[in-house]
Amino acid sequence: MSDHILPKRTYYTIYAILLVCTYLTWQVAFFDLGALNTVAALAIAVFKAAIVVLFFMHVKYSTRLTWIVVVGSVFWLGILLALTFNDYLTRGWRTYG
Amino acid sequence: MLPDPAAHHHPALAHHFADLEQQKEAASLGMWLFLVTEVLFFGGLFAVYSVYRSWYPEAFAAASHEMVVWAGTTNTVVLITSSLTMALAVRAAQVGERRVVMWFLAATMLLGLAFLGIKAFEYYTEFAEHHVPGAGFEFEATHVRHAQIFFSLYFVMTGLHALHMIIGLGLMAVMFQWVWRGTITREYSSPIEISGLYWHFVDIVWIFLFPLLYLIGRHAH
Repeated sequence: MSDHILPKRTYYTIYAILLVCTYLTWQVAFFDLGALNTVAALAIAVFKAAIVVLFFMHVKYSTRLTWIVVVGSVFWLGILLALTFNDYLTRGWRTYG
Repeated sequence: MLPDPAAHHHPALAHHFADLEQQKEAASLGMWLFLVTEVLFFGGLFAVYSVYRSWYPEAFAAASHEMVVWAGTTNTVVLITSSLTMALAVRAAQVGERRVVMWFLAATMLLGLAFLGIKAFEYYTEFAEHHVPGAGFEFEATHVRHAQIFFSLYFVMTGLHALHMIIGLGLMAVMFQWVWRGTITREYSSPIEISGLYWHFVDIVWIFLFPLLYLIGRHAH
């Protein structure tokens, strides 16, 4: 993390994008998209989280070591979710017996 | 002969770091490692939420309809705004604008308090409507059992999030004092920066909580 000082304009732009995304999340919930409602809500949330991490938390300008830790957190979260769902969400698939 | 440590030693530099840059990186990296544990801590709750929601989608949608949507939406905007003021406080600390840091920290704390106030109002509404799981829980008969699971998750997840907000407010109060008495300088702004990382993380948790708790199947009504 070098002394990379971002212009104020960057923060205001990110803020504006976050507000637009919040409005989108709220609006899209009123359309019946079936299973895509959840997909849309999560996609917008992931995008919002990504720009907060990259710009507000300065990860875009951080050292490679910080990148590894950040990506590592997402990777381990992926393991946690994948192995949990692998069990609980497949129990109904049993067709024998 | 050993070099005189005082000769090139910045007052803000701890002796076990080579220079201020390394000290700064270590502080930020340490905070990120802590945030990894936080990601997995909240991740476990999101996993439980996902499993139960996939098992009882109708009950979760029905229970989600009881949420005070305007309050949740307002709180999302309040938190995002507090992240902006936090980011601007960090920037002001980096360029050494002491008074500006204090103004933005104060604004961040006010927004944090506003969030908790709105959250308290929501909890009050839910208590009044008997939506707190337990003996007094009331809900339409078809979903009464599984709606309780939704509300249990709702109270645990938003409750732990609110606890993080309270800790964040305490952190900001300490930071405000450090800026006030001059501990924070342009060369030593790490405490503000890593407190900012924590604040933004708590904001990110809410970014996921909001659509998952407040907006399930909204189109049906």
